[in-house]
Amino acid sequence: MNAIDYSQLTIWGGTTYGVMLFLSRFLEIENRSPALYRFMKSAWFVAVLFLASCQVLGIDSITEHFLEVLLLVVLYILNKTKDYPNARKLNIALLPYIIFTVLFAFLAWLVPKFMNRNDNAIDSINSFLICWMIGFVIYAQKYDKKEKEHRKKEEAERQLLENKKNELEYQVAQRTAELTKQKDELEHALAELKLTQNLLIQSEKLASLGELTAGIAHEIQNPLNFVNNFAELSVELIEELKAEGLKGDGKRDEELELMDDIIQNLEKINHHGKRASSIVKGMLEHSRTSTGDLQLTDINALADEYLRLSYHGLRAKDKGDATTRFNADFVTNFDANLPQIKCVSQDIGRVLLNLYNNGFYEVYQKSKLNLPNYNPMLEVSTMAKGKHILIKVKDNANGIPNEIAQKIFQPFFTTKPTGQGTGLGLSLSFDIIKAHGGDIKVESQPGVGTEFIITLPQNNL
Amino acid sequence: MKILVVDDEKDMQMLFEQRFRKEIRANIITFAFAFSGEEALEYLNQHEHEHEAVLILSDINMPGMSGLQLLERIKQKLPKPPPVVMMITAYGDKENYEMAKSLGADDFLNKPIDFTLLKQKLNLSDNG
Repeated sequence: MNAIDYSQLTIWGGTTYGVMLFLSRFLEIENRSPALYRFMKSAWFVAVLFLASCQVLGIDSITEHFLEVLLLVVLYILNKTKDYPNARKLNIALLPYIIFTVLFAFLAWLVPKFMNRNDNAIDSINSFLICWMIGFVIYAQKYDKKEKEHRKKEEAERQLLENKKNELEYQVAQRTAELTKQKDELEHALAELKLTQNLLIQSEKLASLGELTAGIAHEIQNPLNFVNNFAELSVELIEELKAEGLKGDGKRDEELELMDDIIQNLEKINHHGKRASSIVKGMLEHSRTSTGDLQLTDINALADEYLRLSYHGLRAKDKGDATTRFNADFVTNFDANLPQIKCVSQDIGRVLLNLYNNGFYEVYQKSKLNLPNYNPMLEVSTMAKGKHILIKVKDNANGIPNEIAQKIFQPFFTTKPTGQGTGLGLSLSFDIIKAHGGDIKVESQPGVGTEFIITLPQNNL
Repeated sequence: MKILVVDDEKDMQMLFEQRFRKEIRANIITFAFAFSGEEALEYLNQHEHEHEAVLILSDINMPGMSGLQLLERIKQKLPKPPPVVMMITAYGDKENYEMAKSLGADDFLNKPIDFTLLKQKLNLSDNG
């Protein structure tokens, strides 16, 4: 059992405490690595205990070289903290001293004679290294102070920026809330518009149905006139024939003539009956909401049928006086070899009706100007072209100015006075033709006329 | 009596010729047919100097010149006294009726045409 050297314990305990305090402050270890900090805080106590036990056990080789032990611990801490901001400067200051001190201790143990011989040189190296260390630590501390001030300033600036950022974020949140509100309002308005649009489309359908009904009412009178009259006539003729037969004076020729008439009449009844039923069928097709049954359709017949419906519909609708009443002429130029195509015939019919109605309206407006030699005219033609068929509807009205021509297929665009057009006719037409995989174009020469050209594929859908 | 029938329906000719076959055979009535307003005017111009009374039966809805325009031309431009004009209107078409009346139409018929009524109007008793 050896005596404890208290002065040694005090010196080394104090030194350890001082070194640890310096290191932990300089490297700001408390914030960066709490575990390491706790170890460093208690290092002086461990050192004292360790030294004391070494003294008691008489291990002088350790007590004499405690500086090296401490330096190894410092090396360990420096290694642990090598990524910290001030570590580099500290390493430059301390590493040479630590390495050489430890190296000399090792050499003193390995080659004591050599070391003793060069004692002076080693001492001067040692002194230099200590000066180096102290000088650099002072420099580093000064630099660190500056650095800290700089960081303080930066921190203040950062704080300022942070405040500004928060302010901005608040503003952004406010704006976002405003925008969200506006978006909701717009969405609401859009929903309302869509509803209105649907209502308008509905009313457009009804309006075109109304136009059709007027046309149909007139159209159906004609075949009915023939059906009724030829039927009555046939009864008359048969009675006459019966009377001739009863007389028995054998006027064979007259009887045969009567029979021919009857046959002819019955054929007429059949023909006009069919005509009436096809008109009724057309009306039913039109009134049906077009969910779109594709039917093989004779476009010529369809174009003709709707041309007549449009014409008579407008005639029936216009109640002006006789001189200014709607009137126009129309010609058809149908390709007799036009192939039938698959389409939703009542939809295509609706498109044609729109084009006809517009065309008749325009030529009628022009005819009101009483220009000399002006003959209001609508020309409808069909033709096959490659894998498509074309339907052309041409008028000789005033034409459409270029800037308007671009807009005519837009929904709600109309040149008619308020209340006379919904502006949906051509837009609906456009949609229908597009849905058939076709195209609708307008070509117009101001002052000369307008031509609508519908292209439909022959084997579509 | 001479009757000019103006209608764009071509079967109208056959119908009238059969309906009035007895009158035609008996030479009480002769018919002429025109299938448009323009054709009717042409006919009237060509037969301007005939002194026979002409009855014109005209449809109102025709492509080209309408029945009402024809009526107006006949009543205003032809030498006096103008021929008698009977208009054929669709059933219940009040506006056209009023219009034709104000333009000087002498009488009216509804479509489908009731020939018994027409014969009564023409003072031809229909004895079968």
